[in-house]
Amino acid sequence: MNRAPLFLFYLNVLIIATCGLIYELLAGTLASYLLGDSVTQFSLVIGIYLSALGVGAWLSSFVEEKLARCFIEIELAVALVGGTSAPLLFLAFGYIDWFRPLLYGLVFLIGVLVGLELPLLMRLLKEHVDFSDLVSRVLTFDYIGALLAALLFPILLVPHLGLVRTSLIFGIINALVGLWGTHLLRPLLSPKGLGGLRGRAMLVVGLLVTGIIKADAITTVAEENQLAGTVVHAESSPYQRIVIAENNTGIQLFLNGQLQFNSADEYRYHEALVHPAVASCRNARRILVLGGGDGLAVREILRYATVESVTLVDLDPAMTSLADRFPPLAELTGNALRDSRVTVINQDAFLWIDKDTARFDAVIIDFPDPGSYSVGKLYTSYFFSRLRQRLAPQGVVTIQCSSPLVSPKSYWCVINTLEKSGFRVRPFQATVPTFGVWGFALAAVEDLPSIPQLSPQVSQQLKFLDQRVLDDLFIMPRDLSHVETEINRLNNQVLVRYYDREWSRWQ
Amino acid sequence: MTGFDRRELLLTALAGSSSMLLPGCSQTNAGFTGELLSPSLDVGHRIRDGDLPEPAVTNWQESGVVIVGGGISGLAAAWRLHHAGVDNFTLLELETVIGGTSRCGQSRVSGYPWGAHYVPVPRADNRALWRLLDEMGVAAQNAQGVYSAHEHILCREPHERLFVQGHWAEGLYPHSVATDEDLRQWTSFQERIAHWIDWRDARGTPAFTIPLAGCSADEAVIGLDEVSMGDWMRREGWDSVPLFWWVDYCCRDDYGLTIEQTSAWAGLFYFASRRENSNSVSPGVLTWPEGNGRIVRHLSRVLGSRVNTGQAVLSIQQSDDQTGRVRIVVLDRETKQVRGIRAQQVIFAAPQFLARYLILNRPAGRVADSDQFQYGAWVGANVHLSDRPQEPDFPLSWDNVIHDSPSLGYVVATHQQGIDHGPTVWTWYLPLCDDQPSDARRKLLDLTWEHWAEIVITDLERAHPDARDLVTRVDVMRWGHAMIQARPGFIWSRSRQRAATAEGAIHFAGTDLSGIALMEEAFYHGIRAAEEVLTVRDALFSSFL
Repeated sequence: MNRAPLFLFYLNVLIIATCGLIYELLAGTLASYLLGDSVTQFSLVIGIYLSALGVGAWLSSFVEEKLARCFIEIELAVALVGGTSAPLLFLAFGYIDWFRPLLYGLVFLIGVLVGLELPLLMRLLKEHVDFSDLVSRVLTFDYIGALLAALLFPILLVPHLGLVRTSLIFGIINALVGLWGTHLLRPLLSPKGLGGLRGRAMLVVGLLVTGIIKADAITTVAEENQLAGTVVHAESSPYQRIVIAENNTGIQLFLNGQLQFNSADEYRYHEALVHPAVASCRNARRILVLGGGDGLAVREILRYATVESVTLVDLDPAMTSLADRFPPLAELTGNALRDSRVTVINQDAFLWIDKDTARFDAVIIDFPDPGSYSVGKLYTSYFFSRLRQRLAPQGVVTIQCSSPLVSPKSYWCVINTLEKSGFRVRPFQATVPTFGVWGFALAAVEDLPSIPQLSPQVSQQLKFLDQRVLDDLFIMPRDLSHVETEINRLNNQVLVRYYDREWSRWQ
Repeated sequence: MTGFDRRELLLTALAGSSSMLLPGCSQTNAGFTGELLSPSLDVGHRIRDGDLPEPAVTNWQESGVVIVGGGISGLAAAWRLHHAGVDNFTLLELETVIGGTSRCGQSRVSGYPWGAHYVPVPRADNRALWRLLDEMGVAAQNAQGVYSAHEHILCREPHERLFVQGHWAEGLYPHSVATDEDLRQWTSFQERIAHWIDWRDARGTPAFTIPLAGCSADEAVIGLDEVSMGDWMRREGWDSVPLFWWVDYCCRDDYGLTIEQTSAWAGLFYFASRRENSNSVSPGVLTWPEGNGRIVRHLSRVLGSRVNTGQAVLSIQQSDDQTGRVRIVVLDRETKQVRGIRAQQVIFAAPQFLARYLILNRPAGRVADSDQFQYGAWVGANVHLSDRPQEPDFPLSWDNVIHDSPSLGYVVATHQQGIDHGPTVWTWYLPLCDDQPSDARRKLLDLTWEHWAEIVITDLERAHPDARDLVTRVDVMRWGHAMIQARPGFIWSRSRQRAATAEGAIHFAGTDLSGIALMEEAFYHGIRAAEEVLTVRDALFSSFL
């Protein structure tokens, strides 16, 4: 024991304490990210972790011999369990139903192991240091470690490394401390099995290093990149994962990791989506919205006094009721979906379109981008021909069709498919900083829709559009000009392939 | 016994030709129900075994034409007579439902097939079939008279996917396990298929087309019928394992035979008959949630009360008197009443293996011809699920195939309706490729519902570990004589060709007369036999063919 200076042991304490708190913070952040309701999650994780520390401390009294070996074994166990905790939880979330028991179980296990460490270390040192000195020094370094972790975590670790890498790196540090311990505590360890102990430590380090090499793959699966902002709401519906994040620009809605809007500039998107169609109806009374479960398009529609009814068809009830659980969204939409003129139907628009018989003066199509076959079917010539059956004479359709700059083939494929389905189409575009240059189309069956005229009553309520700006939306710059494409049909779904190819170039 | 052992045992037992052994394989406590189904084995077997002594018939009726069998060929024959204005016909079907292997079922979630579930988009010259599709309201002619099918019945993308090495990937060729040499062989195989698509004999007749009555009889082509697909491919220098797997899969899928059991002519027919030239894109397939049951429903609606189900034909006999009538004795399975029908003509639209028992006093040569027809046994299971399994790879497709499985995978009934979430029905298929079809039929009957349900679920679990908990019902259909087998030498045999010719006033329809079990072939033979009858009756008509 005399070989090693005491400050090395205190450094050991400091690292152990930092690692322990990092695991706790990781679990709390992960829980509030994945399960939502951060107050509950953090308070549960902290509570379970602290009580587990107590259990660990109590259990340490049952360790009577081979203290040093036991200490190192525990160190390696903490490294393995704590180090793999974040990737494990991220991956498990998508695949298992008993996520909460796993999460709290892991937090408890890490707590118990960390709780065992300090009492054991103190007992190892008590022969060599005065007891009151020992207690004061160990606790001092313990709390410094906690402070260090608390500072490092939000400032350095989460923004620069992300949760998965942080978890793995601290696991490695923990394992290296264990390995180092085999030298520091060499005099207290029997030579028998020392090689095995070191081998196991190396194995743990190797495992965690492999994890870091694979971290990108894990992170992609886990969509951790959304954590650029603070997650303020998260839930999973049978159809999609709904996450709302907040940063200093505003709140952002993500569906399955795809950004849907940013409150800072969504008005540009929704004004451009809705007003050209509704304003070009001579008498916009009955409006249909397909998709658009966030209610922001409906907010724009309700600005028209002529509107008598709005029917919104969106697959996911969790989406159309999101404003009830997340009040800032209700505020952003002006409680649009609660308006007495609005009827919400939760059904796949592909199935609904055949079942309903009503006809509408304007149809606003705000589906997600065609990144999957189950969404791509909603942009097919079959769907558009069914859509015609829902359109009143002189009815007008507007549709969002991805970026004509990033994905010209996708954009023009939607336009060409509409034309093939018997629509006369006017393409237009607007700039939405969050998305870039975004593409839309105005379509009607009989005549090419004229450039709409905004009424002053509506115009004065808007933040983006006035008549001059609206006229300009229909000017397609040269780099957004027409592209030949195949027609998107149910039996080829070329749009999904175009979209996949074009957007993957930019990622 | 662990789940793994049980699965391996069940599937290897099915894949091999050894007799089934299932010691101690008890049913696990399943959270689902289901039924074990089969066509009316009891009546069929009693007729075969002579257990149904023919009673003296006192009640005789007259009819113009009697059609025996209500599968696609019988229905097509009736449909053709109907369109020729011949109304004094009656169709007799043994089963309580019509459609044969094209029959379908219906749940609250979706209609679903029990057997045949798609039709390749017909070539332009298949006029009769296009006429039917037009009448069904699913196809239309353009100004130039060229037919095309409506979008909603063309199989929706994604069409097919393969589970190999733990992942689902698009398409059926196992690209992820293919080496450069495999891909070279794949390309060279495709080139050879292109060669056969474009091949024409001296008279301009294609080597392969549907219906196969239009195929060239040139020796250079029909010689391929003498060897198995596997032998032919090896002879041509191919040995790629993924290529052989893929071709074997195709043979099992279309013929219920392995690559080693299928005639090379039939194997090539599968790949080369659908396209008019090798530059054209694959025209795709037509499908409905309930499969070809949609066609059956349409024909049934057109034919109305002239289709009679539950009618077991006990005997068919050409008369020796001057009238030339055919006497048919029929048992009504519900009332147990036996009656006789004297018909001017009979269209025998049932498989040839039944002709031996039903048609009395046949010439020995005709019996010998019928005996050349061999039929494969299949199992089809409809698996009802409360929700879709979770999976991260290429999404659920219409046709979903598992690489390391004796099954053919499953088709998704809700796919064509665009239902992408929630409950669904999967139709799972297993051809029993034993060398002796009778061995396969014995297996089929030896196993209980519990066995079959376990075989189906463990097979699905290879690709969907969480499937078992989502299954609410498994109904298992055992088809003893599911399809005619295109073994080497059969398709171009004299026996097959003679079997399609009339025997006195008895005319023959039935898919098996082509040697290949396709809806289009059944339809063709139904139309052909009906038009033979129209000719005999001196009716004025212009051929649909």
